[in-house]
Amino acid sequence: MAASVEITEANFPMGSATSARTFRLGGMSDRAIAWLFITPTIALLLAINIFPLLWTVYMSFTNYKANMGWVKYQSVGIENYVDILTDSDIWAAMQTTATFVFWSILFEVLLGFGLALLINRKFRGHSLWTTVILLPMMLSPAVVGNFWTFLFQPQIGLFNYIVGFFSGVDPGSFQMIGDVRLAPWTIVLVDTWMWTPYVMLICLAGLRSIPDSIYEAAEVDRASAWRRFWSITLPMVMPFLMLAVLFRAIENFKMFDMVNLLTNGGPGSLTETVSITLKRAAFEKWQTGWSSALAIILFLTVFGAANIYVKVLNKVKQR
Amino acid sequence: MSSPSTSLRTGLSAFLGTGRSTAHSVVEASARSKWISGAIVVAYALITITPLLWIFLTSFKTPTDSIAYPPKVISEPSFEGYCNLFTIRSRQAPEYMASLPPATNYCDRIAREREMVIAGPSKTPGRLMNSLIIGFGSTFLAVFLGTLAAYAFSRFKVRLKDDLMFFILSTRFMPPIAVAIPIYLMYRQLGMTDTHLGMILLYTAVNVSLAVWLLKGFIDEIPREYEEAALVDGYTRLQAFVKTVLPQAATGIAATAVFCLIFAWNEYAFAVLLTSGVAQTMPPFIPFIIGEGGQDWPAVAAGTTLFIIPIVCFTVLLRKHLLRGITFGAVRK
Repeated sequence: MAASVEITEANFPMGSATSARTFRLGGMSDRAIAWLFITPTIALLLAINIFPLLWTVYMSFTNYKANMGWVKYQSVGIENYVDILTDSDIWAAMQTTATFVFWSILFEVLLGFGLALLINRKFRGHSLWTTVILLPMMLSPAVVGNFWTFLFQPQIGLFNYIVGFFSGVDPGSFQMIGDVRLAPWTIVLVDTWMWTPYVMLICLAGLRSIPDSIYEAAEVDRASAWRRFWSITLPMVMPFLMLAVLFRAIENFKMFDMVNLLTNGGPGSLTETVSITLKRAAFEKWQTGWSSALAIILFLTVFGAANIYVKVLNKVKQR
Repeated sequence: MSSPSTSLRTGLSAFLGTGRSTAHSVVEASARSKWISGAIVVAYALITITPLLWIFLTSFKTPTDSIAYPPKVISEPSFEGYCNLFTIRSRQAPEYMASLPPATNYCDRIAREREMVIAGPSKTPGRLMNSLIIGFGSTFLAVFLGTLAAYAFSRFKVRLKDDLMFFILSTRFMPPIAVAIPIYLMYRQLGMTDTHLGMILLYTAVNVSLAVWLLKGFIDEIPREYEEAALVDGYTRLQAFVKTVLPQAATGIAATAVFCLIFAWNEYAFAVLLTSGVAQTMPPFIPFIIGEGGQDWPAVAAGTTLFIIPIVCFTVLLRKHLLRGITFGAVRK
């Protein structure tokens, strides 16, 4: 179908019926209305997002400390950036973050895609159970982090008890949050619990976007189930899967709330993701200039990924 | 039939749902593969819901029952957690306790049993109120601004439309901690630290990007013919917008509002860094519900339960639109 006709001023000139009202608000030209409708949103975003961002850029070149505003601060050039990029603690935090992003997304994709394939079989009651499975992703990550600390209590916590019940290990003998070996997996576990439904829902949309006729054609060609999965299902779902993976990667890369309440970066700084490092530097050590530089580095990384995300988003867009 | 490789293959085709021997057609799964799929999904759903049910159950336990070993699934129901969530109590000497008139209500009676008296209401009602004020305030603003901008992007030729749309979306990807540093300084200058207005504006800015994208998707689906007819009838563009587009977009606007509300209700990072008392919302408050000698788990669970119930209701209401919400309106079905 041809693109629908663009309604512009040219198509609908202010005719005699409206000319009497031209000077009232209601008789504005389309261009004026568009301008009037879009400006407030852009203005708000400039004030609350872009202005602060520019301020951060400025501060990242100084040694400003927000808790000592009276001390005269000065420009330090790119020293903060050099400092950060050569800081082994930052690289350790980056590595922690990357490990967390990798494992949580791997599990979420395997579980989410698997569940989507099963739900797509449309068994009786699939709609109800899908809604149940979706619940965790709608919750507040902070509140989730908080109540999982209760489930992870050694001895009394439900998680430890269930693990102990099935494996025979004493539930008081291990600490999910306090143990150096287990703490990173604790975060992966809670994140997987929370965000598997997200990947599942998007994969399900991908599966439903595949026309039945393709499978029927494959049947005529006597393609095996295995072959159909690799040649039809997976390639057709791939853009959707990419969408889910990119979004989860961005979100988990800057993850703060859940980690902050679950482990607060501990034990020590073992589960300290970049966001936790940033919070500690900015709001506990008050190294405002230094943390501004880190914020900018973080922002540029996310911005790059967001660019790719929007490209994929436009690709899967349904009209 | 019983060789391992055959059964593996049967299992695999049951999983992929495309087994040729069992399915009547390629696109409709066989009864058996449906049954197996259903069983696995239900098992996953039950596992995934267990932590939430456990928190719900814990909110109706006494502190002793909540930390019992082995964990008690069924316990004498108690509302102590809810009482403790909404009151502060102080421990008193037995002589003083004896001199008091008899307890007048349930919470009072429970406190007396623990040799305490209720000293007054806790901070919880105020925090809940803050969550509601900031949630609804920012949702209203974001949806109002978002509807206008989405309509303009949907119907008019706007210069640099794609760039503006990307700009709007990109603000949502900013790491909250990175934004919080300058916002903290800016609000300190303006005297807006720990104020409702400050938080409402901040959440509006975060939500407006989602609102514009979601609503543009909804408005794109409304046929232009309605407006064209209205314009031919002598309506001005604004009248046509108010009288034909807005009513048609009502469902979309409502769904968008719920998404914005859920975000504001759940938000933690900004709230914990930028508020401390007057404008503090529930998420940074819940972890600090503590009783005598550590965390009062039933009270925490009670707070969590009350906090989560609205989300559960909204999720059920929204389920048809969830996909749009998490893909910024791009994927609809």
